[in-house]
Amino acid sequence: MRALQAGALAVAVCFSMGATDASSRFNSLNHRLMCTCGCSEILGECNHVGCPSSTGELQELRAGIIEGKSDKEILDTFVGKYGAVVLAAPTTHGFDLVAWIAPFAVFAAALMGTILLVRRWSVGKTQFVAQASSPSTDALKEKIRRETGIDGGF
Amino acid sequence: MAAFGSFALIIALALAAWNLLAGALALRWIATGQPAAISPERLADTARRAGIAGFLAVTAAAFSLVWLVFTNDFSITYIMEHSNRALPAPYKFAALWSGQEGSLLLWAWLLGTYGFVLRLTHKTDVKLYAYAGTILAAIQVFFLAILNFAAPPFALLRGATPDDGNGLNPLLQYPEMVIHPPMLYLGYVGFSVPFAFALGALMMRYPGEKWIKVTRVWTMVTWLFLTCGIFLGMHWAYAVLGWGGYWGWDPVENASFMPWLTGTAFLHSVMMQEKKGMMKSWNVWLIFATFLLTLLGTLLTRAGLVSSVHAFAQSSIGTWFVVFMGLVLAVCIFTYVLQRDHLKSDHHLESLVSRESSFLFNNLVLLMACFVILWGTLFPILSEYVVGNKVTVGAPWYNRVAIPIGLFLLFLTGVGPLLPWRSTSLRAVRRNFVLPSIAMGATIVVCLAVGVRPWKDGEFDSGNFFALVAFALAVSVMTAILSEFLRGAGVISRQTGRNLLVATWLLMRRNTRRYGGYIVHIGVVIIVIGLAGSAFNRNVEQEVGLHSTMAIGPYTLECVGFTQDSNLNYNSDYALMDVYKGGKKLFQMSPEKRVYLASGQPQTMVAIHSVPEWDLYVVYEGTNPDTGQPIIKAFLNPLVGWIWAGLVVLVIGTLGALVPSLTPATASLRVPARAAPSEPALKGGRL
Repeated sequence: MRALQAGALAVAVCFSMGATDASSRFNSLNHRLMCTCGCSEILGECNHVGCPSSTGELQELRAGIIEGKSDKEILDTFVGKYGAVVLAAPTTHGFDLVAWIAPFAVFAAALMGTILLVRRWSVGKTQFVAQASSPSTDALKEKIRRETGIDGGF
Repeated sequence: MAAFGSFALIIALALAAWNLLAGALALRWIATGQPAAISPERLADTARRAGIAGFLAVTAAAFSLVWLVFTNDFSITYIMEHSNRALPAPYKFAALWSGQEGSLLLWAWLLGTYGFVLRLTHKTDVKLYAYAGTILAAIQVFFLAILNFAAPPFALLRGATPDDGNGLNPLLQYPEMVIHPPMLYLGYVGFSVPFAFALGALMMRYPGEKWIKVTRVWTMVTWLFLTCGIFLGMHWAYAVLGWGGYWGWDPVENASFMPWLTGTAFLHSVMMQEKKGMMKSWNVWLIFATFLLTLLGTLLTRAGLVSSVHAFAQSSIGTWFVVFMGLVLAVCIFTYVLQRDHLKSDHHLESLVSRESSFLFNNLVLLMACFVILWGTLFPILSEYVVGNKVTVGAPWYNRVAIPIGLFLLFLTGVGPLLPWRSTSLRAVRRNFVLPSIAMGATIVVCLAVGVRPWKDGEFDSGNFFALVAFALAVSVMTAILSEFLRGAGVISRQTGRNLLVATWLLMRRNTRRYGGYIVHIGVVIIVIGLAGSAFNRNVEQEVGLHSTMAIGPYTLECVGFTQDSNLNYNSDYALMDVYKGGKKLFQMSPEKRVYLASGQPQTMVAIHSVPEWDLYVVYEGTNPDTGQPIIKAFLNPLVGWIWAGLVVLVIGTLGALVPSLTPATASLRVPARAAPSEPALKGGRL
C-alpha cells in the first residue's frame, strides 16, 4: 500500500513537473512571439476581446508543445507561416545579427573615444598645473579642499 | 464658427510669416550695420508684436475648434470623426488632440503660447530674444502651413450632415488622456524654445554663458512636462490597455523617450559649460538633436513609418516633416560651420576621476541609450530596405540591450555626486565610497536570502539578474545621496546649532539646484526599484462562474456576482470579485468591460488595488464564446506603486531645483577713513 502511494505520488510529481515545464515553455514562447493582428503587442500579452489572431496563434503554440516540438521548431513553424515579423526580437543570424551587435559596438567605440578624450584633456591640464603650481599654492589648495569637503555645485 | 477658425488660421500664418521675415531682415541689418529705410529696431519690434498677435489668432482658432466640439457641429469632418453628443465634457476637450488636425492645432497653439511668454519677457535681453522669437516664428510658419494646406481642422464634411458623430476613440476616454497628451506636447513643443535660444545665440555669436542660464530654466520646465507626460502615458497604458504592463517599447513611446534622454544629457552637460567653459559645441548639438528628435517623434506618430499601437493619428503629412527636418538640420549645420570658432572651449581636466569626467560618461551613456532606442525603432525599416525582410524589434530585444545601459547609468548616478570637481585623492574616493559599497553588499545578501536570485529552476534568469543588480545599485545610490545630504547638513548643524532636520532644509535652500538635483536622483532610484519589480510579475487567467475562486499570490478572489450598467455613452458589464487574504475578506474589486455606443468598440477598465509591495490588477477580459463564462485575468505586479511615487519625488526635486537659492544677506558699508563701524553693525545689525 505504501509503495502504491509512493508510486502515485511519483507519477503526480512527474505530471506536475511536466505541467510546470510545459506551462513555463508556453509562457516563455508566447513572449517571444508577436500577435499578428496588427496590434503590435507580444502574443502572450495581447488581450483584445475577439482578437482574430492571438487565440489561433496561442492554440498553434500549445499544439506544438504537446506534439513535443523543440522551441526552434515551433518558432520556425511560426516564421514559415507568418513571416519574420512574428518573432518579437530579431534572430541572431544573417542581417538580424547587426541589430544585436551594433549597439554594443557603438557603445564600445564611444566609450573608448570618451576615455581617450578625457585622457587628452587631462594631459593638457597636468602640464599647465605643473607650470603654474608651487608648494605654497598646493598647500593652500589642499587646505581649501580639506575645509570645504566635497564641494562644487551639482 | 468654422469659417472664423479657418480665417484665424490664415491670419496666424500671415502674422508668423511677417514675424519671420521682418525679424530676420531686422536682425540682418543690425548684424551687418547696413543703412536701411526704416529703423531695424522698429522693424524687429513689429516682428515681435506680430508674434504676439499670432498667438491670439491661433488661440482664436483653437477656441473655435473647442466651440465646435461642444456645440456638436458634425458638419465639420474632424468633429464628426472624433466626437459625439453623449461624450462627457472633459473628453470633448480631449477630442482636440485625439486626431491629426486637432493635435497639430494644439501644437501650434502651445508653440504660440511659449512664444507669447518669450516675447513678453523680451526685455531680459532684447537682441537674444529677438533671434529666439524669429526662430520660433519659423517653426510656427511650418505648423501653420500644414494646418492651412495639408491637415485643415475645419474642413467641411462632404454630403449630408449626420445627426451624431463617431465618438472619441474608447482608449482615449480615460481621465489621464485629458492631461497626458497636453503634458507630452508641452514637453515636445517646449524644446523649441531652448533650440531657438541655442541657434539664436550661435547666430549672433552671443558672448558669455548667459544664454545657457536663460535656456536652462526653459529646458528644465520643458523636461519636467515631458517627464510627466511620459509617466502619465505609462499609467494610462497600465490602467487602460489591460495587459498588466506600462511600457511596451512601442515606437511612439520610444519617440517620446529619445528627446527626454538627450534633454537629460543637456541638463547635465550644461553644468560643464557654466562651471568650466567646456563642451560648448556639444551642448549646442545636444539641443539641436533634442529638437530634431521631437520632430522625429511626431513624424513616427504621423507618417506610419513603423507599426504602432498609437495608430489613431496617422496620415500622409510625413513628407512635410521629413522636408522640415532636413531644413532644420541644414540650418543647424550651416550655422555651426559658420560660427564654430565662437564655440571654442578650453578643455582641461585635472583628473580622470572627477565630477567633470563623470558628466562626460553620463552624457555618453544617455546618448547611447538614445542611440539604442533609435536603432531598435528604425531597424525594421533598415532591415526591409537592406534585405527586403521586415522584422520586429520588440520588448525582448530592448530588455537585453537597453537594460544593461540603464543600469550603468544608475551606477553613474551614484558615483557622479561622490566625485568632487577638478580632482580627488584616493583617500577621499575610499572614504566616499565605503558606505555605498557596504549598502550594495548588504542588499545583495538580503536579496539572495529572500529569494531574489539570478537563477530560476536551476537556470540563469536574466530578468532576475537585472532585478538583483538594480536593487543593489538603487540602495547603493540612495545611500550615496543621503550621505551627501547628511554630510552637508552636519556641517550646517555644527555651524548654526540647529537640529539636523532644519539644517537639511537650510542646506537645500542654500543650493537648491544641487540638492534639487539630488532629490531628482532619489526619485529616479525609487522609479528603478519599481521597474525592477516587473521581473517578478505573476498572472493567472481563468473562466469564473458565480462563487468560483481563483488564487494569485497571497490573495484569493471569489466571484460574487455580475452586474450591468449603461448610460448614453456606453454599456458596461462588471464582475464583482471579493478579495480574501488568509481567509479574511479585505475588499471588493469590480473590473469592467465597456462597449461604446457611438463606435461599437469594446474597452476594458482594469480594477487595481495598490499597496507598497504590489498591485493586484484584475481585468475582465470578456466571455468565452463557447461556454458563455466570463474570463478574468489577475496580475500580481510587485512594486508598481513605487514608479508613480518616484515620479512625485522627481517632480518635487525638479521644482526645488528651479527655486532660486537662498543667498546670504550682504550689505555694503561706507566707512569714514578714521571711524570704525560699531560692533553690532558689523554683525549684521541695522545699517
